Amino acid sequence: MHVPDGFFTASVSIGAAVVAAAGVSVALRNAKQELDDRTAPMAGLVAAFIFAVQMLNFPVAAGTSGHLLGGALAAILVGPYTAVLCVAVVLLVQGFFFADGGLTALGINITLMGIVTAAVAWGVFRLIVRVAPNRTAIVAGSFVAALVSVPVAALAFAALFAIGGTAPIDAGAVAAAMGGTHVLIGIGEGLITAVTVSSVLAVRPDLVYGARGLTKPLVLRTADGERVVEAPRGPEAKPIRPFLVGAGIVSLLLAGVVSFFASSSPDGLERVAEDKGFLGQASDHLFGGSALADYGDVGGIPVGVAGVLGVLITLAVGLGIAYLVRRKRKVTT
Amino acid sequence: MGAGHHHQLYRPGDTLVHRLPPQCKLLAVAAFAIVVVATPRERFLAFGGYLLLLAAVAAVARVSPGFVLRRMVVELPFVLFAFAIPVIGLGERISIWGVSLSVDGLWASWNILAKATLGVIASILLAATTEPRSMLLGAQRLRMPQLLVQIATFMLRYLDVVLDAMRRMKVARESRGFQARDLRQAPILAKSAGALFIRSYERGERVHLAMLSRGYTGTMPVYRDISADVRQWLFAGALPVAAAALLFIS
Amino acid sequence: MTLEVRDLAYAYPDGTQALFGVDLRISRGERVALLGPNGAGKTTLVMHLNGILTAGHGTVRVAGLQVGKENLQEIRRRVGLVFQDPDDQLFMPTVREDVAFGPANMGVRGAELDHKVTDALTRVGMLDAIDRPPHHLSFGQRRRVAVATVLAMDPEILVLDEPSSNLDPASRRELAQILKNLDVTVLMVTHDLPYALELCERALILSDGVIAADGPTRDILANESLLTAHRLELPYGFAIPSTGT
Ligand SMILES: Nc1ncnc2c1ncn2[C@@H]1O[C@H](COP(=O)(O)OP(=O)(O)OP(=O)(O)O)[C@@H](O)[C@H]1O
Ligand SMILES: [Mg+2]
Repeated sequence: MHVPDGFFTASVSIGAAVVAAAGVSVALRNAKQELDDRTAPMAGLVAAFIFAVQMLNFPVAAGTSGHLLGGALAAILVGPYTAVLCVAVVLLVQGFFFADGGLTALGINITLMGIVTAAVAWGVFRLIVRVAPNRTAIVAGSFVAALVSVPVAALAFAALFAIGGTAPIDAGAVAAAMGGTHVLIGIGEGLITAVTVSSVLAVRPDLVYGARGLTKPLVLRTADGERVVEAPRGPEAKPIRPFLVGAGIVSLLLAGVVSFFASSSPDGLERVAEDKGFLGQASDHLFGGSALADYGDVGGIPVGVAGVLGVLITLAVGLGIAYLVRRKRKVTT
Repeated sequence: MGAGHHHQLYRPGDTLVHRLPPQCKLLAVAAFAIVVVATPRERFLAFGGYLLLLAAVAAVARVSPGFVLRRMVVELPFVLFAFAIPVIGLGERISIWGVSLSVDGLWASWNILAKATLGVIASILLAATTEPRSMLLGAQRLRMPQLLVQIATFMLRYLDVVLDAMRRMKVARESRGFQARDLRQAPILAKSAGALFIRSYERGERVHLAMLSRGYTGTMPVYRDISADVRQWLFAGALPVAAAALLFIS
Repeated sequence: MTLEVRDLAYAYPDGTQALFGVDLRISRGERVALLGPNGAGKTTLVMHLNGILTAGHGTVRVAGLQVGKENLQEIRRRVGLVFQDPDDQLFMPTVREDVAFGPANMGVRGAELDHKVTDALTRVGMLDAIDRPPHHLSFGQRRRVAVATVLAMDPEILVLDEPSSNLDPASRRELAQILKNLDVTVLMVTHDLPYALELCERALILSDGVIAADGPTRDILANESLLTAHRLELPYGFAIPSTGT
């Protein structure tokens, strides 16, 4: 899913970069509370791990292969904000050191693979763990969270593609193909995430952010026998509401900024092409009949509105999840 | 653990390019990538010029074309995708050697291939002439948030541990006749992933504890002065500026 | 009192409790050996002395300062810890940078830093290796560099976790020489009883997470039933050289 240079129009790339920067700075602000002396290397390891496992392409079906996105795993192990940072670091390192993923597409890659996956996965995960806060639920929650996060990221990709992809492929087809294959990839992602979380949970429960707040009492052996003392409690995972608010703000930014750029400055290359009359004909059926597709006024929908519409749909899904979470919480408390 | 790895990426040398402070190179490459992406796709001359610019950088840095080509395999998945675009693309079609291809798809394919390739080559040259560690110092210098630098530092340190452990586990798996063929093998891969995670964490944790016990507080101490003078900025800036100039004259 | 541990209990995150109320006091300038069978909790105890592990119960004080979040930087400057495995200790690309890491974290820069680095390496006899990568050195050489990394920080208390394990006899002797010439408080974890006798006037036995014995090394090593009770053995044919008692 690493988007290379030139895959999206410059305007969408810039828009996504603004969103990614906003998301990362929100994450930076909040991650300080998630990380301490001991968890900072954990974030590094999670990043290294995501990197390594991304090289392990698992075959999906009919000749396509997918790789771990890692946002879900990171969110559960180190918390959602740190997760965004981990994935951002992975992508930066891949882009600058390994030439994997375009430098100008970094914003898009961070938004899709970092912010979207971490937000979706954490939301789903907390929802499940809230219902039944025990080890089984944590593992099951990891599976479902990872499973859901991948196709959602794929759909977000398709949405961005519809706004400003440079390839003349039917946006609906892209959404279907991406969504379809990524459901399968999501299963792989879910398995890897669940197994990793459960093995970490078995050996080092202290390392799982999503499972914080469990300590056993200590025994003291003195000359006159044994005495039991209470151990200090570890920090608890942060409540979910502020996180959802943050995610909501980022989604709004996504909607606002990307469509602003998409509408206000049509892509340089298309402008030139049109100036030269080169694409005069082609641009009409650039994305076929899809109303969401072109960012001219195909189908009577004015410039930019198509983009906003696409993102609003994503937003609605996000808000739906938030609502469900809140309702579940009311039920359980 | 710790040192001198990533040999595959970094080509040690003592050229003008190698000696440039990392922050100059980082900015230059990023700016170059932006110019490339902003170039309209029919400016063939400009793209040719960019390639020549990169060739010049490679020559000055004494990075061999063979090395760059070998490293370019990372691009392969997208090359395949790019070749598929004209076939599945929409719009006006022409027939080349009996294959019906989308005109616009051909353009898009060229656009992605050209830009992605130039971007990849620029990044390869950056990594070939800059040690990962010094790249991080450069990023720190460019005011990249401390937390990100810290995570990246740990990540690079862990990467060797993880990759090494992964290689050994893969050998162990395959020597027992395992091959990843389809989704059914996923549970086995997933289990390896879990074990891998714990193994690497505990190795790295000890190193981290050692660092803490020597007063580490999250910032790597900078022993060497890596500040850049005007001349170095000008030299590094030559790449994106020349590229921008090409964009305008073409 | 330089080092004071009171009622220290600690359980690892997986629930394994390793320390069950450790009490000990070490005065300035003392050289103390910490003995005990595998899994007794020696490494765990040592990790508390500079705040790498945080006490689950009880307190650790260094020069009057309680080990805790507020004092960490100061405590780590005073307590130098040489790890059981030198590969854990050495992580920089060259020996020079590795030795410089500690003092640089304390804010030392420039010529003073260079001086500290060369001085520490000279003391362990590893100056020749200054520009080599640590992972190219032999095990014994790495151990010596590991000691140098800590010496460069001028600690008041030097804590060594099994410094003589895996060293050849010559390196073992050279290391003893280095330690003898240092004018600092030393706490040395070791399974090497003759080494403990040679270097430390006082010994502690840690067993099952509590201090089981504390006294002059000579007396402790002479007490055969005490040694057997805690799975400690003198090497075959080794006898405590008798002086007086
Ligand atoms: N990271 C860890 N997680 C869980 N348990 C641990 C961990 N490290 C040590 N332990 C357990 O704590 C106890 C004390 O271990 P410790 O390493 O302190 O022993 P030691 O006295 O240093 O032994 P050795 O002589 O073998 O080095 C042991 O039972 C060990 O299994
Ligand atoms: Mg030990």
